[in-house]
Amino acid sequence: MKYRISHVTRYAYSDPVSLCHSIAHLKPRSMPHQRVINASLRITPWPSVTREHQDFFGNRVSYFSLQQSHSMLEISAASEVEVDHQPVPGPDADPPWEASLQQLQDSRDPEHLAARSFTLPSPAIDSQPDALAFAQPSFAPGRPLLEATTDLMHRIYQDFEYDPSFTTVATPLSEVLAHRRGVCQDFAHLGIAALRGLGLAARYVSGYLETLPPPDKPKLRGADASHAWFAVFIPGHGWVDLDPTNNCLLSEQHITTAIGRDYQDVTPVRGVFYGGGEHELSVAVDVDRILPTEPAS
Amino acid sequence: MSSPDPVTAAALAEELQRPPASDAPDAPDTPTLLDHYLPLPSSYDEMRAGDGELRPHWQYLLDSLRKLGPERIAARSREAHRLVRDNGVTYNVYGDPRGMSRPWQLDPIPLLVRGEEWAELERGLIQRAELLNQILLDLHGPRQLVLKGLVPPELIDGYPGYLLPCIGTQVADNRPLVLYGADLTRDGQGRWHVVGDRAQSPSGAGYALENRVVLSRVLPSLFRDSHVHRLAGFFRAMRRALARLAPCEPDEARIALMTPGPSNEAYFEHAYLANYLGYGLVQGGDLSVRDGALWLRTLGRLERIDALIRRVDDLWCDPLELREDSLLGVPGLLAAVRAGNLTIANALGSGILEHPGLFARLPRLCQHLLGEELLLPQLQEVTKPATAPAYIDGRLQPRPFVLRSFLVCDQDGYVVMPGGLGRVALNSNTPIVSNQLGGLGKDTWVLATEPERQETLVIPGDRAAPATVHESEVSSRVADNLFWIGRYTERAEGLVRLLRVTLIKLGDRFNFQPDVNHSESLHLLLQALTCQSQTYPGFVGEGADQRLAEPTEEMLELITNVERPGALPQTLQALGQAAWSVRDRLSNDTWRVVNEIEKHLRALTQHRPEALNGVLDVLDPLVTALVAFAALTNENMTHNEGWHFLEAGRRLERGGDIAALLRATMIPVTGEPDETLTIEAVLGVTDSLITYRRRYRAGTRVGALLDLVFQDETNPRSLAYQLVRLQQLVDEMPRTQHQPARSQAQKIMLRLVTDLRLAEIDQLSQITTYADGSPAQRAALDKRLTTLENGLAELSNALTAQYFRHEEQPHYLIDPRGNHEPQSAGTQA
Repeated sequence: MKYRISHVTRYAYSDPVSLCHSIAHLKPRSMPHQRVINASLRITPWPSVTREHQDFFGNRVSYFSLQQSHSMLEISAASEVEVDHQPVPGPDADPPWEASLQQLQDSRDPEHLAARSFTLPSPAIDSQPDALAFAQPSFAPGRPLLEATTDLMHRIYQDFEYDPSFTTVATPLSEVLAHRRGVCQDFAHLGIAALRGLGLAARYVSGYLETLPPPDKPKLRGADASHAWFAVFIPGHGWVDLDPTNNCLLSEQHITTAIGRDYQDVTPVRGVFYGGGEHELSVAVDVDRILPTEPAS
Repeated sequence: MSSPDPVTAAALAEELQRPPASDAPDAPDTPTLLDHYLPLPSSYDEMRAGDGELRPHWQYLLDSLRKLGPERIAARSREAHRLVRDNGVTYNVYGDPRGMSRPWQLDPIPLLVRGEEWAELERGLIQRAELLNQILLDLHGPRQLVLKGLVPPELIDGYPGYLLPCIGTQVADNRPLVLYGADLTRDGQGRWHVVGDRAQSPSGAGYALENRVVLSRVLPSLFRDSHVHRLAGFFRAMRRALARLAPCEPDEARIALMTPGPSNEAYFEHAYLANYLGYGLVQGGDLSVRDGALWLRTLGRLERIDALIRRVDDLWCDPLELREDSLLGVPGLLAAVRAGNLTIANALGSGILEHPGLFARLPRLCQHLLGEELLLPQLQEVTKPATAPAYIDGRLQPRPFVLRSFLVCDQDGYVVMPGGLGRVALNSNTPIVSNQLGGLGKDTWVLATEPERQETLVIPGDRAAPATVHESEVSSRVADNLFWIGRYTERAEGLVRLLRVTLIKLGDRFNFQPDVNHSESLHLLLQALTCQSQTYPGFVGEGADQRLAEPTEEMLELITNVERPGALPQTLQALGQAAWSVRDRLSNDTWRVVNEIEKHLRALTQHRPEALNGVLDVLDPLVTALVAFAALTNENMTHNEGWHFLEAGRRLERGGDIAALLRATMIPVTGEPDETLTIEAVLGVTDSLITYRRRYRAGTRVGALLDLVFQDETNPRSLAYQLVRLQQLVDEMPRTQHQPARSQAQKIMLRLVTDLRLAEIDQLSQITTYADGSPAQRAALDKRLTTLENGLAELSNALTAQYFRHEEQPHYLIDPRGNHEPQSAGTQA
């Protein structure tokens, strides 16, 4: 499936800003199941410096700075991406989770060693006994890893209420667990904390999901949003992504932007500025399917 | 190793007390120097072998000490202490009840290491630095050590000092570890062991240098004849390294040393090293990243910085990508490094090398990366520390010690400082030696077989070192501090002068001339004190009558109360803080005067006098110290941009003082003899009495006073002189190209000087009387002084706005966290 994605982040300041440095994780990365046809970032006003580099996880990081006085900053990311189904191990290739765990711990395979970094606590996900306790019912002895993880995802979907008013970026996972509510970031973090509690490797994925309007209603512009989910590492197979907000494995409708240990590694936009007074944020995301008849631009 | 038995030890002590055959005839015996020098059982001692024998390389030192004799050793030790204190060598200890900084304690006995032994140690240290550099390159790059299973990923990736944003950044010459420090001790057999690695920004090299400077001054002949390896070569290598690694022509590299600031424990060292190396001392707030490069915010300009020695820990260096709440760093610093426009020593993220888990794996990693055995053994826990002789309580005593050695990467590899920073514990059973816990610094002498020629930092024709050390740029912060140093010294001096004259008047009243009624003149002076120091209500506002009648308590307050804004101690304290903030800009002589001023401050505040008698004994030398400070800054400081601000601060403050004095004393109209007495007092405060008497034999006396103190441009204590100087200074201050013809400050000065020159003294002396019975006063003078005082305040604001504008606090963009709603059933794949 091919998509055209537009992600516009706009800051409006009450006073002029004299200097602003920013880094963004907004250009989608290539994945085994995802090809990036093109990706660009347009910043208004025109930045003095723009640079791109790859971070530790292989994500595309854009740095830019604005050095002239400005009262508005607009970061407009546009990309075209082709997404395939992610490969998922069949039941025969999904050994009991304990065996997978053992393999992860013992293997000297570079891919496994690299995955082990994702078994550790990370800036936004410290080790949470409550998250581990939440995981345990899904991880019955001998249960295959993917099956157990899918069950975990399903339980997050069932037990937690989607509530954007409840959490903020700073809400700790313990709060989410205590009140059983949150947004996609929180659910992804919970899944990751639960898996890591067991010693498994889990990572955070930021991206988009195509939304379809209700039947016979036109799709509203700018009504989409960025999205997040988690992935589990299955030794011998690789990473498998699961979306607890929507109770599904990664579909062709999921577009990956960046991966990291948690949200902090892949924050879409972060920045430091001087002056500015109060400021307001608005975000508009559009994920549009490119029909086979339509040429990619 | 067996511990020395008491008999042997006693015999040794006796042996050591005996004067050597070659002793000079007048050399006194040292009966106590080595009494009880009993090394701890099974510990290695630097000076005495296990069998009780003196190690031969200590013989010369001991002979020399014996020749000196106990009194002179004690005197030299005191001298060392004085030098350390006078130079302001401190080590700040957080939460120290004695105040922010405590003097560095220096043991007058150096640690002696034989040249051959040192050469072997050097090989081990160089190998270790090379190894750590390789490890850092790998962990910040291909991570082969992790992917090949040599280091468990959990060990590295779980370590808070492993900073992912620093990874993948190209480093000049593949040398992220530019500077390296290793803490060393010996085991029971005397083998050197590494007990810790300092890889971010090893501190202590400056203290080592200062120890050497002091000790070579205290024990000059001993130092000369011991053929000690010099330290200057190491610091030259350091300058070469930074210049070479900077992303520009080495000759043109602009290098700065970044400090967390004056409250950091090792701030003294930062200032000292920056000065010695000829680098600017900067703080995060002085710097700005623009156009992908680092810039120093100087007076109205930006100056490029190519390389930084940082004394700020990794995590605090860049609030954009590292710790968001850091105010010590510079947003975008990593981006400047990534863009290849800046070299940082050491590279950000090098703190991973201080990971204790890595330490234990070094032998294996050495095999893997260098294909060699790790030469220097290492210890993670010291149970039996080696001891070295320290001079404590008038004799030599064995004390646990640690030696920090320093390395820097030169063109062909690492070079080791021949020596290092020794530290000994004051207590004999403390295994850990740290400055935080108290301890003595110790110079380390690596003994050469041949005398070395004297070296200095800059050698003519040395290509790698710039031929001229161009003066470091003056940052806005430095100029700001210098401006306030000027203001505080003058404010203190002005207040002390007025206090002295007032005290003498008070004394007259109490002691000598009780019959003469000149209370009105005294009251005017007391009111001038309140006005000048702005310590209202004082002798002016509410309750003033009571205080004027009984002025002692309020006077003592002004002289001794640390808590009272405007009182003398507060001004002196503020002066000390401002001076400390620009420690690197002040010469050692100037700094000695700052210490002197602080001593007087302590004398005033710690033993608060009950009465005013005797206060003059402190105020007199304080004036002398303040005058000395002014003279030193005037004579010994280059009259560069920074000095202009110091001088402007001084002139501005003196102008304000004179205006306040004239306002308090000359606007009210008094009869005789008060007017005469008041005029005399004003002339006394402004040091103009002699000129006045010589010049004016007739004429209205208030007019003559105003002529001399208000309008005479040749009298250095007149208002006119201050304004004319200020105008010159302001004209010489740096300008940016795009500014209009005259800056705000220049316009203000033009107006003030013109107004003053056009003023008619006769008119100003006029007395205005009021029909409504209000007291007569010199209203024209009042008006003129008010305009002037306002003008000076405007000038201060204009200078602040133009030159000292500090970058505001940074803010953070709102985090645009996504919140994709769950899809309604049926749309799922």
